[in-house]
Amino acid sequence: MDELLEHFERTVERDQRIEPRDWMPEGYRKTLIRQIAQHAHSEIIGMQPEGAWITRAPSLRRKAILLAKVQDEAGHGLYLYAATETLGVDRSELTENLIEGKQKYSSIFNYPTPSFADVGVIGWLVDGAAICNQVPLCRTSYGPYARAMIRVCKEESFHQRQGYELLMTMMRGSKAQREMVQDSVNRWWWPSLMMFGPPDGDSPNTARSMAWRIKRHTNDELRQKFVDMSVPQAEKLGVTLPDPELKWNAEREHYDFGEPDWAELKRVISGDGACNAERVEHRRRAHEDGAWVREAALAHAAKKKGVAA
Amino acid sequence: MSRGAWPLWEVFVRGRRGLNHVHVGSLHAADAQMAVTNARDLYTRRNEGVSIWVVPAEAITASSPDEKDPMFAPSGDKVYRHPTFYDIPSDVPHM
Repeated sequence: MDELLEHFERTVERDQRIEPRDWMPEGYRKTLIRQIAQHAHSEIIGMQPEGAWITRAPSLRRKAILLAKVQDEAGHGLYLYAATETLGVDRSELTENLIEGKQKYSSIFNYPTPSFADVGVIGWLVDGAAICNQVPLCRTSYGPYARAMIRVCKEESFHQRQGYELLMTMMRGSKAQREMVQDSVNRWWWPSLMMFGPPDGDSPNTARSMAWRIKRHTNDELRQKFVDMSVPQAEKLGVTLPDPELKWNAEREHYDFGEPDWAELKRVISGDGACNAERVEHRRRAHEDGAWVREAALAHAAKKKGVAA
Repeated sequence: MSRGAWPLWEVFVRGRRGLNHVHVGSLHAADAQMAVTNARDLYTRRNEGVSIWVVPAEAITASSPDEKDPMFAPSGDKVYRHPTFYDIPSDVPHM
C-alpha cells in the first residue's frame, strides 16, 4: 500500500499522467469523479440558456453559429462523461446524479438569458472565464481528463470569438442595441467572476487538488487573470464593467477589483438561483422523454444481431 | 448497466491518409452502425478524420499501463537493439 502510494506520488511529482488502470488513492479518484462529472454536467446544462435563442436568432448566419456552438457544448459534455467513465462510474448513473441533484454544475447556468445580447456576453465573458479555467486543465494529472480538455480548449476559442464579434456588431448598431449589450454585461460580470469558485481562504479542497496536480492554479489566481484579460476587451468594445473599485494597480501590475457577493454564490450553488429548478427539470424531461428511443434502439440492435447470427 | 443503457464503444480516428487510427475517446451506442455515426458527430465536427473505427469496449484486452509492470521488462536490458549502441567512426559515410 505504502509502496503503491509512493509510486503514485512520484508519478505525479514527475509531471507524468495517471492513467485509468493505475493504482490511485481513493480520495484522488473521488475528487476527479466529482470534478469531471460536475464539469460534464455544466456543459450539458450549459446548452439550455443559449439553446432557447436558436429559433429566434436574428439571421441565418447567427442561427448556424449558435447551433454549432450548442452542439459543441453537447460534445464537450460527452468527452467529459467519457473521461469520468474511465474512473469506474457508469454514464447513466451520472445523468441520474444530475437530475436528482446529487452532483452539481456551474452556478453560471442558473442565470436567465432574457435578451439576444446575452448570447454574445455568454460567449465573451462566460466562455472567456471557462477558457481561463480550462487551459491549465490541459496539464492536469489525470490523462483522460487532460486529453478531453485539450479537445475542449481547441473548440472553445470559437465560442468566445463568435460572442465578442456578435457584441461588436451590436455596438455598431442603434442606441437601443448598445444599451442591450451594456445591460447584459451588467448582469453577467459578477456571476462570471463567481465561476472561479469561492475565494482561496474558503476553498478547503484547493490545497489537496494542487498537491495532486489536478488543479494548477488557485481560484483567486484564475479570477485575477480573467479580470486582467477582460478589462481591455471591455474598453475596446465600449462597455463599462459594473465595478466602481475596478482600477489598474501599477505596483501589483494587475487590476484591483471589488469583492463578488459570495452569499449570492452560495445561494445559487445550493439551488436557489433564478433558474435552478427550470434547468434540472428540463434535463429530467429530456432524459425521460428519450427513454423509449434508447429502449427501441437497443431492441432494434438485438433483433438485427439475431437475424445476422 | 441500468435498464435501457447503451453499451460503451472505443473510438479510433485516422486523421488523414497515411496516418494510423488513433484512440480519441469513447461513446455509448446501441449498435456498431450507430457508434460510427455518433463518433462522426462527436469526434470529427471539424474535419479531424477521414476514417473511423469503433470497437466494443469490452472486446479490448489490455496490459497494465503501470511502468512497474514486469510486462515490459524483457526489452529493458537489450540496448544492442538500438543503433546508438554501436560505435562507428564519424568519417564512415552513409552510416
